[in-house]
Amino acid sequence: MNHSAILETHDALNERTLIADPARIADLCAYLKHDEKFVRLSAVTAVDLHPAEPRFEVIYHLHSLDKNERLRLKCRLSGGDPEIDSVYSVWRAADWYEREVFDMFGIKFRNHPNLVRILMPVDWEGYPLRKDYPVHGYKYSYPTEQTIEQSTE
Amino acid sequence: MKRVLDDDPVATIPAPAVVPETPASPRLMTLNMGPQHPSTHGVLRIMLELEGETIRKAVPDIGFLHTGIEKECEQKHWQQVVTLTDRVDYLANLSNNLVYALAVEKLLQIEIPARAQWTRVMMAELSRLNSHLVWLGTHALDIGAMSVFFYCFREREDVLRIFEMFSGQRMMTSYIRVGGLALEPPRGWEKRVGAFIRGFPSKVDEYEELLDSNPIWTRRTQGVGFISLEDMLDLGVTGPMLRGAGLKWDIRKSEPYSSYDQFDFEVPTRTENDVYARYRVRLSEMRQSARIITQALEGMPEGAWQADAPHVVLPDREKMKTQMEALIYHFKIVTEGFRVPAGEVYQCVEAPRGEIGYYIVSDGTSKPYRVHMRTPSFGNLQSLGVLLKDTLIADSIAALGSMDFVLGDTDR
Repeated sequence: MNHSAILETHDALNERTLIADPARIADLCAYLKHDEKFVRLSAVTAVDLHPAEPRFEVIYHLHSLDKNERLRLKCRLSGGDPEIDSVYSVWRAADWYEREVFDMFGIKFRNHPNLVRILMPVDWEGYPLRKDYPVHGYKYSYPTEQTIEQSTE
Repeated sequence: MKRVLDDDPVATIPAPAVVPETPASPRLMTLNMGPQHPSTHGVLRIMLELEGETIRKAVPDIGFLHTGIEKECEQKHWQQVVTLTDRVDYLANLSNNLVYALAVEKLLQIEIPARAQWTRVMMAELSRLNSHLVWLGTHALDIGAMSVFFYCFREREDVLRIFEMFSGQRMMTSYIRVGGLALEPPRGWEKRVGAFIRGFPSKVDEYEELLDSNPIWTRRTQGVGFISLEDMLDLGVTGPMLRGAGLKWDIRKSEPYSSYDQFDFEVPTRTENDVYARYRVRLSEMRQSARIITQALEGMPEGAWQADAPHVVLPDREKMKTQMEALIYHFKIVTEGFRVPAGEVYQCVEAPRGEIGYYIVSDGTSKPYRVHMRTPSFGNLQSLGVLLKDTLIADSIAALGSMDFVLGDTDR
């Protein structure tokens, strides 16, 4: 595998991870699908490394049926206004996977045909799987230890 | 009372100008199916655009059962997450337990004893039977064959009783834990499982006879719900749908886990690629699962049912009461949970519906940093638009049922 968009290669626990250049992800994916026979896009997800920078990692799990091999692609994005190219043109499976990542992390996918929320209601505010999003949401505010102390004083 | 025709207000309204209907722009009717439609088996809404009785466009709308399980996983200790994985797919809870346990064990790098691995295989296969039985019963019910439902649920009840015997729970078993099993297999389990599995293959013949001798069933399933293999691979479909299109791919064979490589079984495939082919594939899978369970029953190894990893597995009750070290481990595991070395792992298993893949990131603490669940129903449901395009609305129920999705699994 030799492509200029691959920045680093890691092998751990019998799994291969490629760190890819986010600006050239669609190009790299097309190469991997057509030349390296990774016909399946198994999953797309993201990890929020808040407060570290670059904050987001977008992760693609690829699978080749011919070679019986799996591959993980990772793109690092900054937290300000995370944007990356959609890989919908390579695998149509990316449609819902990328919508889910957008819904949960607020990462925008350029050239996606229908980038709207998929699991949360369309008018939802905030991105639930971000680390700075409280687990009970913003809508309800449960008493914290501080507010209990204040109310008893 | 006699009405005077001249004063009839209807008669005075001029006739509307006739708009000639051009064949190039047919009139489409939008129909909302769900979210409470019984054949969606959960809460799924599909927006159908119909031209007469033909579906021109189908857009699924999901998210009604979204409960934020992935977010919840980040708040729990590693072992507590097992109970959440049960609730992802309530028909294949043991497959979800298994994939999570395998992933965390890969990060921990602990060895699981053979007896625990074989019991896991047996339980996962029983879970597959449970899922396929519910699928077959409800799918036949949707198409109109009511009695099959009762037969399938009769056997499903036996499977649930076996689960109850092993774990104390019928559905949310949480039986497969990180480091082994939740409890030692109970005394006399061989007898109960043996009695069930000896009679089971003849029950599968019974379903087959009931359905295949029914001309309505064969007419409503054969040649219905075609979707090309290329489309399915491109859209992220996994599991029996691919095998119904002739692709011999099963993760139990291609990437064996939990000692599946020691079992002798086949991967059934069909080439028709329709609703009937998917039914035949699942029927054969039930027979193969019965074979695996029989082998597990006959060759079950002796030995420990939990890993030799005192920092992960709770100590024996007697040891805890007599040994200081065991008491300390018990206290540490119960209060703060065990720590998992930093790293990331993707583990997948062949669930009844297809590939379940858990991607887990650990930052070295006692809680997962991120758990992503790649669930088979989510990938499979994505192909719905292609599957239903240009089919008759009456066939849509058969086509939907053949996908075998669980909405809890889709929305998480």
